Amino acid sequence: MTRSALDEHLRRNGVSRRRFLQFCAATAATLGLPLDAVPALAAAISAARRPSVIWLSFQECTGCTESLTRSHNPTLESLILEHVSLDYHHTLMAASGTAAEGARAAAEAESAGDYLLLADGSVPLKDGGIYSTIAGRTNLEMLQEAAKGAAAVIAIGSCAAYGGVPGAVPNPTGAVPIARIVKDKPVVNVPGCPPIPTVITGVLAHYLMFGAVPELDGLGRPLAYYSDTIHDRCYRRPFYDQGKFADSFDDEGARSGWCLFKLGCKGPTTHNACATTRWNDGASFPIQSGHGCLGCSEPGFWDAGSFYAPLSAPIHLDPAVTLSVAAAGAAAGAAMAIANRRRKAAARQVHQPAAVADLEKPL
Amino acid sequence: MSAMQFLVWVRGPGLQWSVAILIAGVLLRMFEILSLGRRPDLSEPRTATRGSGWRTVVMRSIPPASVFRTAPALFILGYLFHLGLLASVALFVPHLELLRRILGLAWPGLPSPLVDAAALVALVALLMVLVYRLRDPVRRRLSTVEDYLVWALTFVPLATGYCAFHHLLLPYTAMLAVHILSVELLLAAVPFTKLSHAYTLLLARWYAGAIAARKGVVT
Repeated sequence: MTRSALDEHLRRNGVSRRRFLQFCAATAATLGLPLDAVPALAAAISAARRPSVIWLSFQECTGCTESLTRSHNPTLESLILEHVSLDYHHTLMAASGTAAEGARAAAEAESAGDYLLLADGSVPLKDGGIYSTIAGRTNLEMLQEAAKGAAAVIAIGSCAAYGGVPGAVPNPTGAVPIARIVKDKPVVNVPGCPPIPTVITGVLAHYLMFGAVPELDGLGRPLAYYSDTIHDRCYRRPFYDQGKFADSFDDEGARSGWCLFKLGCKGPTTHNACATTRWNDGASFPIQSGHGCLGCSEPGFWDAGSFYAPLSAPIHLDPAVTLSVAAAGAAAGAAMAIANRRRKAAARQVHQPAAVADLEKPL
Repeated sequence: MSAMQFLVWVRGPGLQWSVAILIAGVLLRMFEILSLGRRPDLSEPRTATRGSGWRTVVMRSIPPASVFRTAPALFILGYLFHLGLLASVALFVPHLELLRRILGLAWPGLPSPLVDAAALVALVALLMVLVYRLRDPVRRRLSTVEDYLVWALTFVPLATGYCAFHHLLLPYTAMLAVHILSVELLLAAVPFTKLSHAYTLLLARWYAGAIAARKGVVT
């Protein structure tokens, strides 16, 4: 199925062919073009197509798509009906099976070099990548093929950006981020578990508007959304600075809206737009709702210690290791003690007492 | 290695190893000190007073006026530094969370702005004692590499902690990781440098007080 051109889109929205041609004539006039240019102008405009977007889903939970559907500006509907042609998406497309794969192949061929490739989920590499396959082909194969004709790649969600849940210890499938596979095209990481809806659509909108990827930080994240930490924009920051912390959920401090540092908030080390843009049309974000930040837009956050232990707490202090090293220290101490006493005894053996007369002898 | 990976390492294996080395080192050194013992004192004790050792542990914290007069600034700066360090380490709520998980003990903390001020006082005092050391020709002569190393090992955790809290110098994640690493290096060095005075102080003062009492000088 080919993408619908602009004329079909206009027709679906109640603009008749006559109205459209009147518009073209008026446009020609303002451009200073002669009347016989109108048919060419009409043909050019009506052939305009919405940019093709292909969304590949790998080892993911579909949370990023769920988040995308909550975008309020632009809405998902306006995005896929007016601004882009979403030619392949497991959850949102009507087709399935060979028809779906055919649509993807057709879109990749038709818009080769121009389409935007979106990917969520990590790519497994272990054992030839067999741990995630679509239509009998590994994720790795599918990504490499699709990336060939893409203008840019957007890795949506922490799994695609950094490996996420599948990539967490012990990483049984050998999951890797998109950027580890795609090296020859610009890759934008939009991390979060999931990312904020309007951050996903915002990055897309940036690309559609400017035809280029936005400015990125050292971890490939758009600076527009990921340059500040949650801590730096948190409305509870004055309480952190004062040293007023909630000790447990729903205690006096929690109900007074105090800082959630002691309850495990990872805001200080997490870069995201949650504290400013917030979620669900700016309704709230985890800290505002009384739960500490998980740090979900940072690489390896699943392995960075308990979500409920503060940032200053050790990630894992093993008493067995401490005790065995301590025992080794004690043993070394005992050995040193024996050696020292032996040396002292030997020194006493060779000691020669001196009399006062000896001291008065000339040297 | 990204800043986040570095932070996870220092909060994980880094802390594990530095605490293990600290405990092992303290045990090793205590064995060495205690096993050598002292020559048995065969004389009769001059006084029957007991507890002189424990009193000395406390009383030596207050210098006699004549001793104080020899270098009043250094005594005051020394106290300011130690008290500031104590407040920064043991009365700052995020640190108390760490200590609670390591020691199993908890106590209330100070408001963070007070700890902030205490840390600043400690930093300034530490800088001033270094200046004293460098400017006095005798002290400078007596100073070894260890003296300066130990000074740096103490200064860097305070300075990096201050910078982390105030978001100075490096981006926060990296600054925090550097701070934690500097503390781990300090902990690992404690048993093997003069920083061990933190625990040998108790032993040294007690013994000095007890033996002096035996000889007739009672605290």
